[in-house]
Amino acid sequence: MLDTSYRVEIPGGIELEAQVVGPVPRFLAFSIDFIIRGIFLFIASLVSIPFGQLGIGFWLILLFLVEWFYPVLFEVFRNGQTPGKKALGISVVQDDLTPVSFGTSLVRNLLRTADFLPFFYLFGLITMVSNSRFQRLGDLAAGTLVISVRESSKPATIDNITALAPSTSLLKIEQTAMVDFLHRSQQLSHPRQQELASILDGVTHGKNDDGVDQLHRIGAWFLGVK
Amino acid sequence: MKQQLFEQQHQDTWDQIEQCLDKPGNVQNSVLFTEHYMLLCQHLALSKQRLYDTALIDRLNKLVMRLYRELYRYRNDSRLNFYSFFVRGFPLSIYRHRNFIAVALLVFLLPGLIAGVWVFFDENAVYSIIDGPSVRQIEQMYDPGASKLGREREAETDIAMFGFYIQNNISIAFRCFAGGLLAGLGTLLVLFYNGLYIGSIAGHLTRLDYIDTFYPFVVGHGAFELTAIVFSGAAGLKLGYSILNPGPFSRRNALRRAGQEAIPMLYGIILMLVIAAFMEAFWSSNASLAISVKYTVGATCWLLVLLYSLSGKRFESR
Repeated sequence: MLDTSYRVEIPGGIELEAQVVGPVPRFLAFSIDFIIRGIFLFIASLVSIPFGQLGIGFWLILLFLVEWFYPVLFEVFRNGQTPGKKALGISVVQDDLTPVSFGTSLVRNLLRTADFLPFFYLFGLITMVSNSRFQRLGDLAAGTLVISVRESSKPATIDNITALAPSTSLLKIEQTAMVDFLHRSQQLSHPRQQELASILDGVTHGKNDDGVDQLHRIGAWFLGVK
Repeated sequence: MKQQLFEQQHQDTWDQIEQCLDKPGNVQNSVLFTEHYMLLCQHLALSKQRLYDTALIDRLNKLVMRLYRELYRYRNDSRLNFYSFFVRGFPLSIYRHRNFIAVALLVFLLPGLIAGVWVFFDENAVYSIIDGPSVRQIEQMYDPGASKLGREREAETDIAMFGFYIQNNISIAFRCFAGGLLAGLGTLLVLFYNGLYIGSIAGHLTRLDYIDTFYPFVVGHGAFELTAIVFSGAAGLKLGYSILNPGPFSRRNALRRAGQEAIPMLYGIILMLVIAAFMEAFWSSNASLAISVKYTVGATCWLLVLLYSLSGKRFESR
């Protein structure tokens, strides 16, 4: 099944759920980081050229640090986010959803070399799409995941809706579906809402807009609106 | 309890916690932190059990996750860590990798020795391993007849070379480690190739009788550099072996364990290679020192590295 949900039972006695992130946003994040690194090294080279041999020495050390430790430092000290990952709303975490430690981040980023082979992250991509958690080789060895940390959309406000009791008794999960339908009413297009409502005309006894409206009111009733 | 009532009751608490988390600074120091965490866990559990709608569960899930990440945030007490790492962690890790170190050493040393002997006796053999221009460049570098021994020796050049050694040598070691993920093949290749290369250079320069310029130059930093490359090979081979033979674990878990065990090795390898780069740039290239001093220091370095590498066994719990 295509499901990006990843669940972990935490010591608080509950299950936390996160959405793992696939190759496309990760590639975009990598591209942003790549550009940032390039610009940084370019500026550094402009600064160091006037210093001759001394400048070259420092620039090479800088190149080494940026090449290998740029992602490590950001991941450890900036909530698992390099600037690119921050822009895409994704973050690196350990597979128990705790923040990455220095050692773990080091492993996952040094092993990037293996993911890059034979050219342009082909091994990484193949590995990523052949396991359910979208882990590249480095992630597998380090035990890390990339998850989405983007804010979810706010539920629709439910002012001026009068509640309506459903005509038949509904299962708990069906009740939740009604509430979800109400809360998502602004994300769904009008025809789509009508289409969904028409499936339930046995419950609502209404057509088109009337059906949609009734579903909203039933949802509000389950939500506890008076 | 209906969802709306539940939300009304707790809205203020949630908002307050969210504000707390948004504030920069150490959230864990808040007196209410654990209380908040446990309360939120309870709220999330209740919402799931009562099948409240996805938007609410989603919000609470995000909030608990943020608190959870704060609770388990990485804390840095590096001073204490470094001491225990240096005395105990790294030697123990070396001891635990001993079988892989033996294999890595063999794959590195054997081609090196064979190539060295071959190149020493056959004057054309070196060109079948290293290309002509590189050979000439290396010859010039160690030519005893040249006015400047070894490499050029201004302080600025030393720093440039230091940068080069850091960038080049440590990257080689990292790639050697990463190659382990290809079932160990990448690591074997890097070790084999570097052994071959270094061995044939040594053989070639010995045949040319550049002994007094070449060996004093490499003996000091070689203790750290060559050992570190073998160590990174061992860590890489362990990764590869965990994929090929995961033992009682799933392949995923076996690889993950090998990855975790490689961490102290990586720290140690980086440390050794930084030392090696320092020595190579500022000590080895210094031609004003007597050859006997360089051999003495070099031998001491090898002895120290060897003793240090063998000191981990006593920390292994039986």
